[in-house]
Amino acid sequence: MRSIPSLARLVATVLALGLLSVLRPVVALAQDGLQPLLQEYQAEIAKPSRSTVEKVLSGLMAADRPGTAEFLLRWQDREVYARPTDGLFFYAEETGDALRLIDIDSGAAVAEVSSREVSQIRPNSGVRAVIAAALVPFELNAADPARRAAALDAIARSGDASQIDPLSQSIETETDPALKQRKERLLTLLTAQFASALPYRLAAIEGLAGDTSIEARSVLNQLTARVPGVGTALPTGANIANVLEVGTDISEVEAYDRLVAANLAPPRQSATDRRDVLAQHIVDGAVGGVPLHLLNTDAARARAYEALEAAGTVPPRAAEDEVARAVAAHVFYEAYAEPNPEVTTAAEEALSATSRALGLYQTLDLVLDGLSLASIFFLAAIGLAITFGVMGVINMAHGEFIMMGAYTGYVVQLFIPDYTVSLIVALPLAFVVTFGAGVAMERLVIRHLYTRPLETLLATFGISIALQQLAKNIFGTQARPLTAPDWLSGALTLNDIVSISNIRVAIFVLALIFLALLLFILKRTRLGLEVRAVTQNPGMAASMGIDPDRINMLTFGLGSGIAGIAGVAIGLYAQVTSEMGANYIVQSFMTVVVGGVGNVWGTLAGASLIGFLQKGIEWFNPSNTLAAQTYMILFIILFIQFRPKGIVALKGRAAGD
Amino acid sequence: MSTSEIAPRRRFLAENPSVLWFLGCLALFTLGVTVLSEGFGLALISTSMVKILGMTLCLCLIAVAMDVVWGYCGILSLGHFAFFGLGGYAIGMWLMYARTQGIVVESLSATPIPPTEIEIENAIASQIFGVVGSNELPWLWGFAHSLALQLMMVVLVPGLLALVFGWLAFRSRVTGVYLSILTQAMTLALSLYLFQNDTGLRGNNGLSGLQNIPGLDHLPQSSLSLWFFWASALALGLGYLVFAWLVSGKFGSVIRAIRDNEARVRFLGYDVESYKLVIFTLTAVVSAIAGALYYPQAGIINPAEIAPIASIYLAVWVAIGGRGRLYGAVIGAAVVSLASSWFTGGGAPNIDLGFYTLNWTDWWLVLLGLGFVAVTLFFPRGIGGLFDMIVRKP
Amino acid sequence: MLRRQNDGGGPEIAQRHDARSPDMGAPKDMTTKTFMASLVATTILATAPVLAQDCPVKVGVLHSLSGTMAISETTLKDTVLMLVDQQNAKGGLLGCPIEAVVVDPASDWPLFAEKARELLTVNEVDVIFGSWTSVSRKSALPVLEELNGLMFYPVQYEGEESSRNVFYTGAAPNQQAIPAVDYFLEELGVESFALLGTDYVYPRTTNNILDAYLKSKGVAAEDIFVNYTPFGHSDWATIVADVVALGAGGKKVGVISTINGDANIGFYKELAAAGVSADDIPVVAFSVGEEELSGLDTTELVGHLAAWNYFQSADTEINAEFVKAWKAYAGENRVTNDPMEAHYIGFNMWVNAVTQAGTTDVDAVREAMWGQEFPNLTGGTAVMLPNHHLTKPVLIGEIRADGQFDIISQTEEVPGDAWTDYLPESAPLTSDWKDLGCGMYNTETNTCVQMTSNY
Repeated sequence: MRSIPSLARLVATVLALGLLSVLRPVVALAQDGLQPLLQEYQAEIAKPSRSTVEKVLSGLMAADRPGTAEFLLRWQDREVYARPTDGLFFYAEETGDALRLIDIDSGAAVAEVSSREVSQIRPNSGVRAVIAAALVPFELNAADPARRAAALDAIARSGDASQIDPLSQSIETETDPALKQRKERLLTLLTAQFASALPYRLAAIEGLAGDTSIEARSVLNQLTARVPGVGTALPTGANIANVLEVGTDISEVEAYDRLVAANLAPPRQSATDRRDVLAQHIVDGAVGGVPLHLLNTDAARARAYEALEAAGTVPPRAAEDEVARAVAAHVFYEAYAEPNPEVTTAAEEALSATSRALGLYQTLDLVLDGLSLASIFFLAAIGLAITFGVMGVINMAHGEFIMMGAYTGYVVQLFIPDYTVSLIVALPLAFVVTFGAGVAMERLVIRHLYTRPLETLLATFGISIALQQLAKNIFGTQARPLTAPDWLSGALTLNDIVSISNIRVAIFVLALIFLALLLFILKRTRLGLEVRAVTQNPGMAASMGIDPDRINMLTFGLGSGIAGIAGVAIGLYAQVTSEMGANYIVQSFMTVVVGGVGNVWGTLAGASLIGFLQKGIEWFNPSNTLAAQTYMILFIILFIQFRPKGIVALKGRAAGD
Repeated sequence: MSTSEIAPRRRFLAENPSVLWFLGCLALFTLGVTVLSEGFGLALISTSMVKILGMTLCLCLIAVAMDVVWGYCGILSLGHFAFFGLGGYAIGMWLMYARTQGIVVESLSATPIPPTEIEIENAIASQIFGVVGSNELPWLWGFAHSLALQLMMVVLVPGLLALVFGWLAFRSRVTGVYLSILTQAMTLALSLYLFQNDTGLRGNNGLSGLQNIPGLDHLPQSSLSLWFFWASALALGLGYLVFAWLVSGKFGSVIRAIRDNEARVRFLGYDVESYKLVIFTLTAVVSAIAGALYYPQAGIINPAEIAPIASIYLAVWVAIGGRGRLYGAVIGAAVVSLASSWFTGGGAPNIDLGFYTLNWTDWWLVLLGLGFVAVTLFFPRGIGGLFDMIVRKP
Repeated sequence: MLRRQNDGGGPEIAQRHDARSPDMGAPKDMTTKTFMASLVATTILATAPVLAQDCPVKVGVLHSLSGTMAISETTLKDTVLMLVDQQNAKGGLLGCPIEAVVVDPASDWPLFAEKARELLTVNEVDVIFGSWTSVSRKSALPVLEELNGLMFYPVQYEGEESSRNVFYTGAAPNQQAIPAVDYFLEELGVESFALLGTDYVYPRTTNNILDAYLKSKGVAAEDIFVNYTPFGHSDWATIVADVVALGAGGKKVGVISTINGDANIGFYKELAAAGVSADDIPVVAFSVGEEELSGLDTTELVGHLAAWNYFQSADTEINAEFVKAWKAYAGENRVTNDPMEAHYIGFNMWVNAVTQAGTTDVDAVREAMWGQEFPNLTGGTAVMLPNHHLTKPVLIGEIRADGQFDIISQTEEVPGDAWTDYLPESAPLTSDWKDLGCGMYNTETNTCVQMTSNY
């Protein structure tokens, strides 16, 4: 890595000396202005397409009339309009409802029209990338750093050999250190990919060894791209990557298919083909002497076909041994697209040097994802860890408290447009709202059912469907936007592989805070002491002067309030709908049960187990997330069978019966 | 496992007049619907209503099963709809296969060369699975060609699942709400599994067109719906009788004792786990039979039917009807499901409150949810409890 | 009347207060009776024969108003009600007023069959506008075919079907998916594809077709990454990271998303957080329209794409009128989308076909429907083909910061193809109800595979 800057400078100097003259800016004579030239490419400019834009660009660049670069910039930024009546192009600025058309050459306002009288020209991102690449020589030395950065992006997206020279020249004059670094890096990448001088190229490739960035790997992978090939012998002069052995590297069926694809062998006859052939040779209700009604088995059809073969009416078909013979007569190989073996060897070496770091980072990323998922599960379940885990109340409406929290966040954003302030307001407000709802529910319903836990389940389920439908009636069925403030958008990035979005980091931090807070409340405060006393033995607690009613109410309110805050956090990273709570309820219960009831640490363990397990299973089969979820639940079912009390089982009296 | 003494049939019915009453009402209801139906002639009840009533009878049957497992044995299973669904899938596989076979054989008979067995099977497979982008018949469908085998599957698959699941769960002494959550996890896992496209049961699409019974194409839906209605009524009657007999004898006393105090029954020397397992498996099988009768009337089965919420609703019906009495379960299932379909079907007129018009489609679930809370709080014995007041307090 | 200030108002509000939504069959004096009694009575009264009476013309609306699909389908119910209103204002149909019969299948697929039967036999509607998901359509199909009903299905779908009794006014794969992939290949130069979808039949079949299509275009199997997620999925970090990692292969990566419904919100939020620019990894979505975007802040998503046959931003006179009428009807904050245009075209075609046939009789209307023409809201003309699909222009739009789309590509009208040419099983199949009288006709054996459809 450390050799890159000096190498780049070297390359730059060499190339700059040799090729400076080509790029000398030419001051063209302003004969006609730009518009007439543009009209020559009217259709291509008005309906830009990636396939035609090159032609336009080369035409415009060759003529090099004044304002070409500006036109290209504006064309790229969709600021050019065409007037269908005469096909002329204009720049335009908005004036209220109307558009003021501005002449391209003179810069004078021409007319005011409505948007329907002209059509805005909208090059797609493919065309824009081509334009941007064409603008690179102009833009690399632009005064505005943002434009220079855009030019560098264009090189990163569609680099080619012609960009090496302007890029290397612009490095010397670059004043912005960050941009300078970026330019040097891009130069290394371009050199590795396109440079004609082999030593520089090999040095650049070597410099990319161990570089895990997507750009670097992309260059190396392109250099080592392979094309499958087949022939009677290995072609001379080709840069062969490896020879495939039939049976180990490639199956015989595949091998024969390749032969067929390369027109080196006749295609195999399928059952359908044979049937079609037979159908063409029906004579007097029979084929090859076999009556039609008997042709409903493979054996009879084979007999009929052999009879036809014997009679010479149909060509013989490829038998199994012919397939084997054909495959054996050919050699199957993979060749590098890059003809120079030195380059491909260097690139392969560089790639293998990358692979270990890559594996490490991928594992790290997986761990981060698992951690994030675990923290989401934990956040969703932690309220339940209190109401269910500590109090033993099955609250099926827990998910709806999460939903209420999220909708609180949404409503706050309607009134407070600043996302940061609204979030600061929404978090405590969500707690207050769901705390209130929880207390109300405890007072009105749950307190009458402490002796009937199964019925609590059903009563709270009733509340859950009522709340869900109520949310639908109030907020409608569409998902509602809950937007994170800018400082929470974006991601925490270590490199191109390991990154995690800020909002997930925030959720993780929030989960940690809740964990600490709950442990503090339960273990270190008077309230916690009373809660533990009431849950262990309400009668004894009452006789010690604790009011169990009050404690139950507060505990339940606390659990519900935390669910509300969790709702805001979950809404920030996913969707806010009336059904969002229902998505979390079963999983939350499982988190608490797997972890072990009655213990906040248990919930943490449960959430971690489920989160990491799910990511682990997903890693094995990345194309099917649903399967991962299924197997995770199956695992949980089995886990509970063998460890019914969960990971962190309470012992002794506290465990109850 | 000790079995109960078999009480003489006459004594059983004499001791349980409610069973006679119930069977009588069911018979009258069946007769009434038949006479008034479109298929029979009077056409005062539309075919779609006959289907709804037939399906409701199936729901009543699974509610009875649920009542036995929960109301009598105290196991709040939130997974019985999984067995219901599996029964539906088992019969649905035959219905789809046989119907498709008919279509395929007919269309292939037009080709000059008669098709081979494999060609027919491939054509059936691509016809059934083309919709999920596959053209191979999964191994799961190995028995689908035979009605008899597939009918066995209706009983065997859910029965085995219940047996294994119950054995594991009861053996580990998972009880109370833990068992409820575990059964819920089982349903969730099953529905997620079925939701996957490549599990061989057509994923989210499920099995459809089940109302067309192969071999009975000549019968209009108006009479087919009646046949299924009768079958459902018969199944409900039989199921009710069997369960009523089961819970009335000594076996019934034991399972009720398990509900009330499991530990004490265990100390008395009963093998509690076996009792629970028998009840769990038996009710699962009955649920599957109910499902096998339900889905040909509904016309389509898909994984959403097995979602955990369906099983919770089942518990809701039983609780509203009144636990621990079989007719309570029937009443609960019938009232709630018919009322749901009436309110959400737009049958109930909107109420104009002046400032706001109350639309039942929107507010029915709110009402149902709150009503359910009210029942749990104030009428723990459900609608069936009202009968006690009439009978016991003249 | 309750008017809500924010856009939180449910779509059904506008319809609650007047006689637009008739109550279905149950007379108002029934409320005091018991459930059972009124159920039976409802049926009795409703099935009483309606003798030789053409008025009013009844239009059934079979869209979920509750459950998971309500998010999309309530809008369509309102659209049909608005169209009915507009037609009644023009003097109805065949001299009769049109009456809409709204039922709620509640996103419960078996209920679609039940409600369809109810609409056709109890309410005796002349036509049904309804369904969103394929499974709901396939649930209603056997009933429609048994009772010879008529349904207009307004949503883009996976094709591989052509029922005698359904007119498909949404896009078939060749009218949405294939052109969008062509756009990726030709205009954006994408070489490596990530096909992300929700795990159900539309994404599965569409991705199968696209997989075959891409391979026919020379894209290697290892350059196609496929992933399926459950409905309402919210944990997108790993999947987005997987997609970004595809870039290491040195080929331009593009995402083709058939992710359904509100799962998109989490997906786009994660995409934005990962800083994936549309210039680096463009995403084209087949199920994300104006309605779905209203659930999130789109500033980070500018430039990502969607392929539809209609965008609200289409700059034509009739579209401006349609949008205006819709906003007046449903609320200033409401947006229009592609399935709404499909209903708009379908409804108007049906009205014209009925007028032309002089009757609402299904067989006569079906014949009148073939070749029926009606202007698209985006310009050009939609024609109903004998395979019961429409000709439609394919539009590709880029997401703007205001949640609308910039149309950057619009093709000529493409005729809808019921059976795709890119899957070996369906390549030889064709549908032509007019001349061949068959929706699943095998052109190799020259036989009609089946008259009913493949449900």
